[in-house]
Amino acid sequence: MAKVVVVTSGKGGVGKTTTTAAIGAALAQMGQKVVIVDFDVGLRNLDLVMGAERRVVYDLVNVIQGIAKLQQALIRDKRIDTLALLPASQTRDKDALTEDGVRRIIGQLRQMFDWVICDSPAGIERGATLAMRFAEVAIIVTNPEVSSVRDSDRIIGLLDAKTLRAERGERIDKHLLITRYDQSRATRGEMLGIDDVLEILSTPLLGIIPESEEVLRASNLGSPVTLNNPGSAAARAYSDAARRLMGEDIEMTVPSDKVGLFGKLFGRRAA
Amino acid sequence: MIVRRIRECAQFIAHKRDEAARCRSYSHDGVVVTSVADSRQATTTRFVCRSYLAVVLAPEPPIVEWIAEIDQRIKSAESFLSGAPVVVDLSAVKLSKLAIVHLISELEQRGIRVLGLENADPLSTGAGLPPLVRSSHAGTVIPDRVELPAQDVRKEPTLLLDKPIRSGQSILFPDGDVTVLGSVASGAELVAGGSIHVYGTLRGRAMAGSHGNSRARIFCSKIEAELVAIDGYYLTAESLDQKFLKGPVQAWLDGDAVKIAALD
Repeated sequence: MAKVVVVTSGKGGVGKTTTTAAIGAALAQMGQKVVIVDFDVGLRNLDLVMGAERRVVYDLVNVIQGIAKLQQALIRDKRIDTLALLPASQTRDKDALTEDGVRRIIGQLRQMFDWVICDSPAGIERGATLAMRFAEVAIIVTNPEVSSVRDSDRIIGLLDAKTLRAERGERIDKHLLITRYDQSRATRGEMLGIDDVLEILSTPLLGIIPESEEVLRASNLGSPVTLNNPGSAAARAYSDAARRLMGEDIEMTVPSDKVGLFGKLFGRRAA
Repeated sequence: MIVRRIRECAQFIAHKRDEAARCRSYSHDGVVVTSVADSRQATTTRFVCRSYLAVVLAPEPPIVEWIAEIDQRIKSAESFLSGAPVVVDLSAVKLSKLAIVHLISELEQRGIRVLGLENADPLSTGAGLPPLVRSSHAGTVIPDRVELPAQDVRKEPTLLLDKPIRSGQSILFPDGDVTVLGSVASGAELVAGGSIHVYGTLRGRAMAGSHGNSRARIFCSKIEAELVAIDGYYLTAESLDQKFLKGPVQAWLDGDAVKIAALD
């Protein structure tokens, strides 16, 4: 049975789209059939991060409105053949999404894939509530910073109140993913520590993604970080998170890009 | 015709400079009645929100027949609604301002005094007409508000919540104590008629004794609250003695001052 996952945060710019792409690609690399769905109608980004922006013909809204078939709108990834993207529309706004339409599409995608990963827009309005509406698993992306943590708390409250599962009295499986974490800054007290975030949000941890230049580099190249540079710290952290999502028991660590003595001496950054 | 209880709302005081903003922010929860009471400190003014019972009349088209039905009722029971606070729910009819004025004067001729209008178009109300009110039962106002079934409330004088209260959630329990097994997040709000117990960190707002109970108290195992209030008297995070921060405390009302002490 397919799993529907929503990647959400409340706050913008914390790494929802990056996370959707990286975890989607990591799951697909493990042989899972994965579709990533961009719900950010009007401000679509997932196609860019996936490097598929020039292949978009039809989008989510077209399929909801019956202008295109789902198969026509799905874009198969060129690097991994078990990964597909359903892009959002850039010319419409979130009002173009209807609950019935989203229900129908999620239902169809469930038949075709093992994982349906919905990239939620920021905020708590229509786009975000519809992205989470039919999910059974939620990944809450949080930066170790007070405003992001408070917004995540708000989203967790909504996940427990406004999703279909919550309304039926069933549990929604919530996981916290801390991104842009910098161990040295947390030690100096310039950033919230992992324990502080976990204490405030009281939600199980899926992974800790270290702050890394690789993430931005990969986004600009149009490739998920887990494909672009699988050896980098961020990619390893994302892969671990994906494996935990699959149910594997992996020790929680913060991978780092180790700079060896040679690198330090010559000021060269390890990739 | 429905007799509906207009619930609500938090009893609170506000600094003068905050009064406009605060009253507006609370008015969506129901009928907000503010009164200004004397205070020993010249700088603070006390604003109190109370909830009242009101009868809701919902006119149905055709209005003429509906008024005739009211007349019938008055004939069979002479004191029917006379002097009672009445809210007119206009959701079933679409009336112009003139028609609303006419309807209200018709009701007044029958001894029915209208306290407020519900579900009316804001454009067709305004000066000269009773204020717009919203019942707290209109769940659409705050979608994730925890609504408590009225019957359970009467049976159970304590509300036990076994999950953390998340930012943006608002718990209203005018009938008794609230106990939370978990933390109350920054941006969340607890309003209880009785005392409040938090077995976790209190980071949001806690307002106890909201219906005039000055003996209510607030207990928490760790305090980082944005605001604690008892019977309308409050303390903000700023005026909270720093030595109590992150420790277990209780808060109670001594005269018109909220006192805090460590729980040892």
